[in-house]
Amino acid sequence: MPTIKSLDDLKRIRAEALRKQELKTTSGKTEIIVGMGTVGIAAGARETLKAILDYIDHNNLENVIIRQTGNIGIDSYEPVVQVILPGAEKVTYGRVNTEIAKVIMDEHVVNNRIVTDYKIEG
Amino acid sequence: MRELALHILDIANNSIAAGADKVSITIVENQGDDTLTIKIQDNGKGMSPEMVALVTDPFVTSRTERKVGLGIPMLKYAAESCNGWFKITSEVGKGTQVAVQFQLSHIDRMPLGDIADTFLTLELGALNVNWVFNVKRDEKEFYFDDSELKKELEGIELTEPEVIRFIRSIFKEGIEELQPLKVTRRN
Repeated sequence: MPTIKSLDDLKRIRAEALRKQELKTTSGKTEIIVGMGTVGIAAGARETLKAILDYIDHNNLENVIIRQTGNIGIDSYEPVVQVILPGAEKVTYGRVNTEIAKVIMDEHVVNNRIVTDYKIEG
Repeated sequence: MRELALHILDIANNSIAAGADKVSITIVENQGDDTLTIKIQDNGKGMSPEMVALVTDPFVTSRTERKVGLGIPMLKYAAESCNGWFKITSEVGKGTQVAVQFQLSHIDRMPLGDIADTFLTLELGALNVNWVFNVKRDEKEFYFDDSELKKELEGIELTEPEVIRFIRSIFKEGIEELQPLKVTRRN
């Protein structure tokens, strides 16, 4: 069972993360919301979320919060992903497969450029 | 849906939507009995008997004021097509339990799929829920209760990169240890 080795690892991870948090300014956190209703899941939302987590992991992005929500109400656009940068309006993207998820992470989350090609609701 | 792991994700999302702050998922694969049993139990707001009937078979009702999804009927149908059964019990104010069983060796049984990914999605996507995951394959077992982890990480987001890596390795290695030798891998 992995829980035994984990406790020391956890303490180390926590100490490290807290240290990094102190170094940061109070710029707030980026929120990413993935629609995980039945339709979203069937359309591949789990893989989309996983791609986002992989991106955060590989690029060491900090201060990003992931949330999942039920049906956002636009079934034909699933998987749906919403991005809220600190102090900015919520932006909704549709039909976000793993490739598009990476583009959104690159452009919007990291470089603050909204990816209009995949944006929905105007 | 092509994997039972996706159905589990779907049912567990109903629990999140029902306001549960504790959800237990148990998967038991028993070669001896030739069964695969999945239980998802939550302490959400629960449902009335009428509502339970409705979510199980949305086509028999004329009720129109509420939107009902197809996730549960699809899972029920999948189980009943594999010499299995589907059971949902719920009590208002207490919570809901969904239990489903398949004949393990049935030709039409969906593969379990990527259960580690489903756990990771739930763990990191619904942070305020206390998740308990339990997977048994014959006499081997993976058990994970996130309350200790969350206590140790107090003040830290679970979606910090290092924490993601850590949790991912717990699920991946834990589930892999259960695999029989003849395992076939997805790409």
